[in-house]
Amino acid sequence: MAEKLLKKGNEAIALAAIRYGADGYFGYPITPQSEVMETLMEEMPWETTGMVVLQAESETSSINMLYGGACCGKKVMTSSSSPGISLMCEGLSYMAGAELPCLVVNVIRGGPGLGTIQPAQGDYFQAVKGGGHGDYKIIVLAPASVQEMYDFVGLGFDLAFKYRIPTMILSDGAIGQMMEKVELRDPVKRLTDEEIVEKYGDWATVGKPATRNGNIISSLSLAASEMEAINLRLQEKYKTIEENEIRFEKLMCDDADYMLVAFGSSARICESTVEIAREKGIRLGLLRPITLFPFPTPVIQKMTPQLKGIMSVELNSGQMVEDVRLAVNGAVPVEFYGRMGGSIFSPEEVFKAFAEKFKL
Amino acid sequence: MKEELIIAGFGGQGVLSMGRILAYSGIMQDKEVTWMPSYGPEMRGGTANVTVIISDKRISSPILQWCDTAIVLNQQSMDKFEPMVKKGGLLLYDPNGIIRHPTRKDIKVCSIEAADLSNRMEMSKAFNMVVLGAYLKVKPILEKENVIKGLKKSLPERYHNLIPMNEQAIELGMRHVKEVI
Repeated sequence: MAEKLLKKGNEAIALAAIRYGADGYFGYPITPQSEVMETLMEEMPWETTGMVVLQAESETSSINMLYGGACCGKKVMTSSSSPGISLMCEGLSYMAGAELPCLVVNVIRGGPGLGTIQPAQGDYFQAVKGGGHGDYKIIVLAPASVQEMYDFVGLGFDLAFKYRIPTMILSDGAIGQMMEKVELRDPVKRLTDEEIVEKYGDWATVGKPATRNGNIISSLSLAASEMEAINLRLQEKYKTIEENEIRFEKLMCDDADYMLVAFGSSARICESTVEIAREKGIRLGLLRPITLFPFPTPVIQKMTPQLKGIMSVELNSGQMVEDVRLAVNGAVPVEFYGRMGGSIFSPEEVFKAFAEKFKL
Repeated sequence: MKEELIIAGFGGQGVLSMGRILAYSGIMQDKEVTWMPSYGPEMRGGTANVTVIISDKRISSPILQWCDTAIVLNQQSMDKFEPMVKKGGLLLYDPNGIIRHPTRKDIKVCSIEAADLSNRMEMSKAFNMVVLGAYLKVKPILEKENVIKGLKKSLPERYHNLIPMNEQAIELGMRHVKEVI
């Protein structure tokens, strides 16, 4: 039986990175995610797997270190919290443009600005709609437990390399600071340069053999026609991702008359709200998007005909609700309930809001 | 079985580590557990609290409006958490430094003179284990052997020599807990 440990979400991220054969972590401390780098430093993976752990001089620097590492086909990652992620958005756009894989963890805190260190989900737009410039997308995974924090590191790297795309774990201070049971998975070895080529193709700059031309990795393409072709290819890729990679969890949805949509820590709270509603005889279900991009639009559309109403529940002013409304397209009422700036709702509070909005 | 509890007191009283030991003990007994600390500005204000949930089934919300048990170790926490205990729930507190004692009649109230006892026994560092013992006596949700295992898992190996003292502290709490209401 695999070992079961009691770990914080942030610690789980670090342990998973080492055990999943990550080549490098580059980051800069910020609450509420500092335990990621602290745990990596304590574990000293450079002495075991050879993984590099480096505190950069800033978040801007971290993301550009990722750019360099990713060019060499390495499994590289960083973690930060909201203000730090804002600094990384330029780099994310460059990496999306250059089609480079990497894993970025955002343990969201309340904003805007320096905000607060308490949990929030105010960075949904930034993550899903592109915090940087240009027509790009990144894959966004939203864990709702410490075990998922652990598991999504491996999943995130796999997806990042499969599609050559930056992938983000969008978490928050609650999941980052919370301790739960974690089952460690079997360790995966770091890849050699030869294995990288064999596994992911020969796009990485790991040394030019005589058999092919040199690889040039860049996000610059001055001719409009070339740049448009790149954009079309990117859009094609995003479409493939939307068709193949939607992940979600449904709770008590089969007979539901009403449905909550919530991700991450909000979804955990809403699970209890569903229990409260069911005790009162109200058939309420919960849809938890696990991938925020690709968003589970078809899942919502399939559910809509049986529903009298949907409420999106988020720790922000109403961001994901826009995607829910696009999916529903006016077929049923879509309401929103949220809190901001590091304040968290209780299950009872969510139920009260739900009952008021739908006059139940 | 599902137990939702809040432990609250001053920073330095071992509130967070007591919760951690309890959660680890839960894992040792094959339970699902969640440990959710207060880590915000209130930590800087001198009070600390942690929510621990131990359950046979998957745990939904880590955020509680009501709790089954509140373990209260200072006045601020008494004011804040006494009203949060579910009807029929448990409030366990150390009377040391408490000016306004609990007034609710619809819950079970127990006290443990943990500060006083641990000082007298010259094990003030194990203060929180005295409280833990008192709690486990009133609510025996976990086997003692699993609690000792949880303690071992929580403490770094260099402190394992302190385990017998912690075990004594737990027993001390078990013996001295009093039912008030």
